[in-house]
Amino acid sequence: MKIVVCAKQVPDTETKVRIGSDGKTIETSDVNYILNPYDEYAVEEALQIKEKQGSGEVTVLSLGPERVTSAIRTVLAMGADNAIHIKTNDTYLDSYAVSTALSEVLREMEYDLILMGKQAVDDDNVQMGPRIAALLAIPCVSVVTRLEINDGHLVAEREVEGGVEIVEASFPAIITCQKGLNEPRYASLKGIMMAKKKPVEQKTVEIAGAKLSTLKMEYPPARKEGKIVGEGAEAVPELVKLLHEEAKVI
Amino acid sequence: MELSQEHRMLQDMVRQFVAAEVEPVAAQLDEEEKFPAEILQKMSELGLLGIPFPEEYGGAGMDTTAFAIAVEEVARSCASTAITLCAHISLGAYPIYTFGNEEQKNKYLPGLCSGEFLGAFGLTEPDAGSDAGGIKTRAERKNGNWVIDGRKVFITNGGKSKVIITSARSNPQAPKHKSLSTFLVENSNPGFKLGKTEKKLGLRGSNTQELIYENCEVTPDALLGAEGDGFKQAVTTLDEGRIGIGALALGIAQGAYDRAREYAKQRIQFGKPIAKHQAIQFKLADMATEIEAARLLVYQAAWLKDHQKPFIKQSAMCKLYASEAAMRVTNAAIQIHGGYGFIKDYPVERYYRDAKLMTIGEGTSEIQRLVIARQILQE
Repeated sequence: MKIVVCAKQVPDTETKVRIGSDGKTIETSDVNYILNPYDEYAVEEALQIKEKQGSGEVTVLSLGPERVTSAIRTVLAMGADNAIHIKTNDTYLDSYAVSTALSEVLREMEYDLILMGKQAVDDDNVQMGPRIAALLAIPCVSVVTRLEINDGHLVAEREVEGGVEIVEASFPAIITCQKGLNEPRYASLKGIMMAKKKPVEQKTVEIAGAKLSTLKMEYPPARKEGKIVGEGAEAVPELVKLLHEEAKVI
Repeated sequence: MELSQEHRMLQDMVRQFVAAEVEPVAAQLDEEEKFPAEILQKMSELGLLGIPFPEEYGGAGMDTTAFAIAVEEVARSCASTAITLCAHISLGAYPIYTFGNEEQKNKYLPGLCSGEFLGAFGLTEPDAGSDAGGIKTRAERKNGNWVIDGRKVFITNGGKSKVIITSARSNPQAPKHKSLSTFLVENSNPGFKLGKTEKKLGLRGSNTQELIYENCEVTPDALLGAEGDGFKQAVTTLDEGRIGIGALALGIAQGAYDRAREYAKQRIQFGKPIAKHQAIQFKLADMATEIEAARLLVYQAAWLKDHQKPFIKQSAMCKLYASEAAMRVTNAAIQIHGGYGFIKDYPVERYYRDAKLMTIGEGTSEIQRLVIARQILQE
């Protein structure tokens, strides 16, 4: 089975985000980048499918500037076979632009399954899976927590409000991966050493003009200082009163 | 200075691994004097037990810099686990890789690298510590074999290893430095016994073991390298091992500093976080500076070794400086925590206890100064 994993490089979740001088983008100069955590589930699932079937190919597809190479190497070190890097400038691209670029490259590729995280943790748009599926006219199952590959079709469990939905789809298909799908592996030292020998194909495609533009970025309001109402049981009535009247949470 | 892509990936991987698998149990390993067997098992699956050895022997094919980075990262959370890893690689496996013949390398290195078993180095004796030439353990020829009699103390991993690299006096008539030989003794060998398991101030999760050799007979193929080379081999092993201890001390210092910095930003006294008081700022500034200096010394020594350049002076310097910096940094970390630093609810007291061995093991600070002096006076 030929599997493509779409992987995005995002700022480390521990990054202290600073808004850039233009007020519309984040300051990237001191940001440490990592592989999008939800994409790790996609990589792990792809590798497990390949290992279970005993054959196949896992290709990582990533779009972004030169720095994206380190995320690609991480996926290769985890065990992916090869990579395609769509090179862009280090400017912000909206979901429309990215999905059209990825689709253009995917159209030229052979694949049975496309896996990706359910969302990227930087801009949290949660659009890539459905958008690419629409452009390629293939099914998309999103927010998947369990995946079963059968002969000719897949069965996926996805989280819905208050329960689980079980969906069947034919190949090729897109799956967007949710936490709980698997336990992503660490890149082993052997994997790290092998990663540099694996092929990374560089591609450039025409990037469509953005359909969205960011007007402004703002920091969330600073958290107000807490208040200690009192101590022990005698403070409870006052606490309840304040939670009800002031905080309006009960 | 910038790390290579492989070194950064290794650092990221070990950091993630340590956060998920080591940090949550570090205090417990210390408290219960529990050997980190499960962590080692998981580390071995990632290839961490054979970092600097070539792939043909089952290693990861990386280098000393990679080894130092990994040890540092582990020590930031758990020095007990870090010294177990460090001793396994630089004392248990390195001498076999460096001095062993093909047969010995093929016999032991794949198992050591895969973590199937651990290795240890038995040099120190009750009356031979800094004065390693004063070893009393005897190795005598008998019917073509060697019979070892004696006692070793303070052997890291000694009670958990399958193969113990053992220094013994094989020719008492020879000059002191030519009278030692090294033997690969397996723990199943008749005449080999475990003595006391030490209880310690720090590194309580690591194994520190007394070893007893009574009429312990080994075949000639257990001799490592040439007869009479034992002292030279021990010195060479320690020259290399010091980079690991330097990295370990660096990790301890970094871990203690990280905690102190976080604490100082949160602890409010006199109406503001103590990090806003200059007395604490000066402490943090000194700690951070010493850690940077230690890191550069450690990485320099590792780089020199990786590039086959002389590194004896630099490895002694990195060990001396990083271990003494770790003592100062962990001391300051407790001071910044005040009373909370003295109780076990906060981890800095563990770092303080763990740091002490760094100025003693694999050559005391005093011995490091002798090594450095000998090197600089020769220049």
